[in-house]
Amino acid sequence: MIELDLALQRGEFSLELALQSSARALALFGPSGCGKTSTLLAIAGLLRPQRGRIAINDHVLFDSQAGVDVATARRDLGVVFQDARLFPHLTVRENLRYGMPRSAASQAYDDVVQLLQLAALLKRRPGQLSGGQIRRVAIGRALLRQPHALLLDEPLANLHREARVEVLEHLHGLKREFALTTILVSHQPDEVIALADQVARIEDGRLVALEDVETFQASAKPPDAPHLCAAG
Amino acid sequence: MTKSGFANALAGAKDDLLFFAFFASFADNDFAETGFYRDTRPMSLLTQAETVALALSFKIALVGVFCSLPVAIGCAWLLARKRFFGKPLFEGLLLLPLILPPVVTGYILLIMFGHHGAIGRWLDAAGLSIAFRWTGAALAAAVMAFPLLVVALRNAFESVDRRLENAAATLGAGAWRIFFSVTLPLSLRGLVAGLALAFARAFGEFGATITFVSSIPGQTRTLPIALYELISTPGGEGGALRLALVAVIVALLAGLIAALMLLRGGERGAGAEA
Repeated sequence: MIELDLALQRGEFSLELALQSSARALALFGPSGCGKTSTLLAIAGLLRPQRGRIAINDHVLFDSQAGVDVATARRDLGVVFQDARLFPHLTVRENLRYGMPRSAASQAYDDVVQLLQLAALLKRRPGQLSGGQIRRVAIGRALLRQPHALLLDEPLANLHREARVEVLEHLHGLKREFALTTILVSHQPDEVIALADQVARIEDGRLVALEDVETFQASAKPPDAPHLCAAG
Repeated sequence: MTKSGFANALAGAKDDLLFFAFFASFADNDFAETGFYRDTRPMSLLTQAETVALALSFKIALVGVFCSLPVAIGCAWLLARKRFFGKPLFEGLLLLPLILPPVVTGYILLIMFGHHGAIGRWLDAAGLSIAFRWTGAALAAAVMAFPLLVVALRNAFESVDRRLENAAATLGAGAWRIFFSVTLPLSLRGLVAGLALAFARAFGEFGATITFVSSIPGQTRTLPIALYELISTPGGEGGALRLALVAVIVALLAGLIAALMLLRGGERGAGAEA
């Protein structure tokens, strides 16, 4: 269950967003600058709303009325940033293990490495990886945090066609293997159709519609890359 | 009528300076007796006294720089990452040793840490006196090198991508872990460059050192002080030239390390932007 009720002011831009969703994968969809990434950063604890409430799966992360503002490090969320943000001085193995809880079983690490096909990359540094590989490592690192929800910010952005298909296949694999609540930010209809169950349309910092992905697909323009929908 | 504490410290500093003059007179004798400028070991490049001064300079500079490093890291991090009331004043105070005439810095150290100083008196009572000892010279070197370390580290910390620190936070890392696992390793080039420059500054420290701890052979007579005394001693030209050459080599090496670190860091940064 995802509960969002945010009021956030950044310069002249104001975000007022309230929604409740029981979807396992919710997409925040809208044009660039509409406030979807700000929403994601607020959920992650990297932006502080002026007021509101954020709760995911009964974990209250922020509640201005109750005076709750859980520190970023204790929100137990897996965040995959658009620019991946792998640590350049660490190997892939060290990046993957960075957020692993001490109590985590080594089997979890092996499973993620196998699922995302990272075994051959473990000794490399991020500078030696392709765009698709970087995105896979970032997804693996977020998963090994063992989060209760996954936040994906434009997971297929800035990737060439082959890398998009590669990353998308892995995201589908994750959806099957892990029953994780996922919040996806995207401005690309094909990405949303391929990954989300429900879509929150956002424009100018306001919620315009909350609809099932089928309804969204029916009203969406033909996707730029039809092969992505086929992969879903 | 009673003197204020500050007046006492000033009077004490005057006594300390007399003490310094007393030692300086020994220092002159030491020149003549140990043959500072008379090469007692023809096969070696430096005389024994020059070697002692050189080794002492290395020891004092190393200890001084590494003692000031943790404080410099803390101050640089505050300047790079935090906003607080009075920050420009704080920054100005940190840079003061770089701007003040070194003799003033030495005099302030003497007032504070001399045998009659506010802190020096307490240190004396605890048996930890640093006045007219190599540890005092290391303190003077630390103070003089400190601003260079702070400036280099601040720039290095500011160049670290804050988004990587945020990513570390989302992965459960607290402030200390983020600093030691992300910020500091990514600032390594700036840290090494800062250490090299600070070491060169500490190695070449003269004004504050001679004011604060005088020139005591084997204790506080560092390479620059020995060089100065050789220049003002008849027949000391050869030794002065040798020590000057050593000082130039050390400074060049430090400058080279700093330039390599900063240059390669800049190239990497430019690549990352592209």
